[in-house]
Amino acid sequence: MDTIYLDNNATTPVDPDVIEAMVPFLGEGFGNASSVHSFGREAKVALENAREQIAAFIRCEPSELYFTSGGTESDNMAVLGTARRLKNRRNHIIVGATEHHAVIEPAEYLHEKEGFQLDLAPVDSEGYISPMRLRALVSDNTALVSIMHGNNETGTVQDDMPKMVEIAHQKGAIFHTDAVQSIGKVDIDVKALGVDLLSLTGHKIYGPKGCGALFIRSGLKIDPLLHGGSHEKRRRPGTENVAGAVGLAKALAIAEKKMAEDYGRLNDLADHFIDSVLNTIPDVRFNGTRSNRIPQTMNFAFNGVEGESVVLSLDVEGVAVSSGSACTSGAIEASHVLTAMGIDPIVAHGSVRFSMGRTTTREELDYVLEKLPPIIERLRAMSPVYNKQAHS
Amino acid sequence: MATRVLVAMSGGVDSSVAALLLKQQGYDVIGAHMKLWDYVDVGGDIYKDGRCCTLDSITDCRFVCEKIDAPFYVLNMSEEFREKVIDNFVEEYRSGRTPNPCVRCNADVRWDTFLLKARQLGCDAIATGHYAFIEQNERGRWQIRKGVDSTRDQSYVLWGLTQEALSRTFMPLGGLKKTEVRAIAEQHGLRTAKKPESREICFVADNDYRRFISEYEGKRGRTFEAGEIVHEDGRVLGRHEGTAFYTIGQRKGLGIAHPTPLYVQRIEIDTNRVIVGDNDSLFMTELTAENLNWSAIESPGEGIDAETKIRYLHTPAESTITPLTSSTARVTFRKKQRAITPGQSVVFYDRDIVLGGGLIR
Repeated sequence: MDTIYLDNNATTPVDPDVIEAMVPFLGEGFGNASSVHSFGREAKVALENAREQIAAFIRCEPSELYFTSGGTESDNMAVLGTARRLKNRRNHIIVGATEHHAVIEPAEYLHEKEGFQLDLAPVDSEGYISPMRLRALVSDNTALVSIMHGNNETGTVQDDMPKMVEIAHQKGAIFHTDAVQSIGKVDIDVKALGVDLLSLTGHKIYGPKGCGALFIRSGLKIDPLLHGGSHEKRRRPGTENVAGAVGLAKALAIAEKKMAEDYGRLNDLADHFIDSVLNTIPDVRFNGTRSNRIPQTMNFAFNGVEGESVVLSLDVEGVAVSSGSACTSGAIEASHVLTAMGIDPIVAHGSVRFSMGRTTTREELDYVLEKLPPIIERLRAMSPVYNKQAHS
Repeated sequence: MATRVLVAMSGGVDSSVAALLLKQQGYDVIGAHMKLWDYVDVGGDIYKDGRCCTLDSITDCRFVCEKIDAPFYVLNMSEEFREKVIDNFVEEYRSGRTPNPCVRCNADVRWDTFLLKARQLGCDAIATGHYAFIEQNERGRWQIRKGVDSTRDQSYVLWGLTQEALSRTFMPLGGLKKTEVRAIAEQHGLRTAKKPESREICFVADNDYRRFISEYEGKRGRTFEAGEIVHEDGRVLGRHEGTAFYTIGQRKGLGIAHPTPLYVQRIEIDTNRVIVGDNDSLFMTELTAENLNWSAIESPGEGIDAETKIRYLHTPAESTITPLTSSTARVTFRKKQRAITPGQSVVFYDRDIVLGGGLIR
């Protein structure tokens, strides 16, 4: 068997149709979308078409959508831009305890360097934030509440987001959601959610790396991160990445068509894989929820082993997975997402994320199901921690 | 199936060539870089070339592994390294001793944690780019023999390896000279071929251990107690900022005007004093070795003759080793040796073979 890619939450292969849509704008259609001449006009039309398509997909106005370099920039722009805009009136921010580092770190920066108070909204053992507990944190001083839509490590999707938005709005706070892992996998309707800001990116959904977008509700003012031109209405200066925007729009257009089918198929595969792992390997915990989730994400804690060792051992067998998120790999700390869910840091250390994609087959999963149990067994045989647990 | 070997790659030319040679010999090679520390934690000049544990070094390892078609992983072992090596390094200086962190790292990190990681990856053995041979002798003992390039001899820092560790280790460079290793690297287009080498303590980037200790302890909120510098004849000559900043035999940086050159003779922790005196007083014939580990021979029941090395750059001296307990021995030199320093390693040789070693008490 060739290599098997089960790390689609880190990034996805680019869909050939996306590549095809982008190629003209890497070649003849190279113009600068801000130029007045014919070259510029052609690029500008492509850019605005892309904007309209994406806006329609998430049900916002094209004028509410701003292109960025990706999820990290969108998240930073939302968190830093909102807080800085409101700093003379409000100086408190709340972010979910299981947010991506692209939200948590700018929030911590605001706390440490710019005098903001910071609260982490707690999650339950499945990764859900309770609106009631959020309500207890929000005050008239709260500038921003940022709660992730679908989690990158566990796949948990916040089902009560409209309620959380309402709680924030009652106190006049702005609400941002990081929908980087949800977009194109579950339906996102910004109007129904009621959010003020929403981050998305292309490379988790078979689009190109280096292009994302931030939805900013009409009328909301936030400070820009970058300064230096009138692009994107001065909110995000820098020559527009036309090919990227076209690719992002195409990726989402494909997702719109395939979303229902992908969801059903991946959900069935996930049930098969999760049940098999739980049935064939002792002392294993499924991290997350089995009800409201992005089905491609499957996170397990194998008691008594290090997640990193499982990842490397599977790589040697040609299977690509990850421990935690790719953005923190190499970090020695246990995943903040799992520990926030109340999982013991030692158990969290043994966690591995399998994330399927559009090309994943049942045969591939069965191959992994064959390779995984002996790897876990071998690692446990060498683990002083596991043996101690077994003997006590 | 070919034997699977995990090669410890620093990003330097030696470990690059070690990986290449094993690959050529048909082993199933996996490269791994031990990420032992971060400049954020240890300070110093992060732009200095030829250092391990930097992103550039990791990139170099990656390119070499790509070239020789081997998988490559970065193994984060910084927690183990901090606990077992850095903290010990600082504690040793605090207790008036002069440590060899490389010895500690080899025994407790490289041939412990790394070996375990190798087994977890299904590797039967590990390999390093040391210039030494590892072989089983006629008594069935695993032994370290100095490599052919005597100018690169690193056997001094390898004495702490257990028999089990040695039996699972390859050192493919034993038969080569450094110039040959560089030539092989160049011939195969390895980008590390011309990299300068670093011989200092890896986590003390500027080679200023005093700066390191004082910053590291400062971050933990720990201070040093100033005290007296006293001549061995009893005269108080000056003040010191903490005994941890002194080492036996040190002459520079005492800050004392004296008609004859003064050298640190010993460090008295109880009285928090640094004792100084002239060069002649530094010479002694005897030391006690502790934490002994024997390689080429089993723990000797009675006194044996050996050539003994008391620091990295010391010419082995003729001596007799008399066992005291199972883990300690008295070492008596034929001729007086200068600056026998507690905390340094003492390594016993039979010509080019490491018999065993320990720490100077």
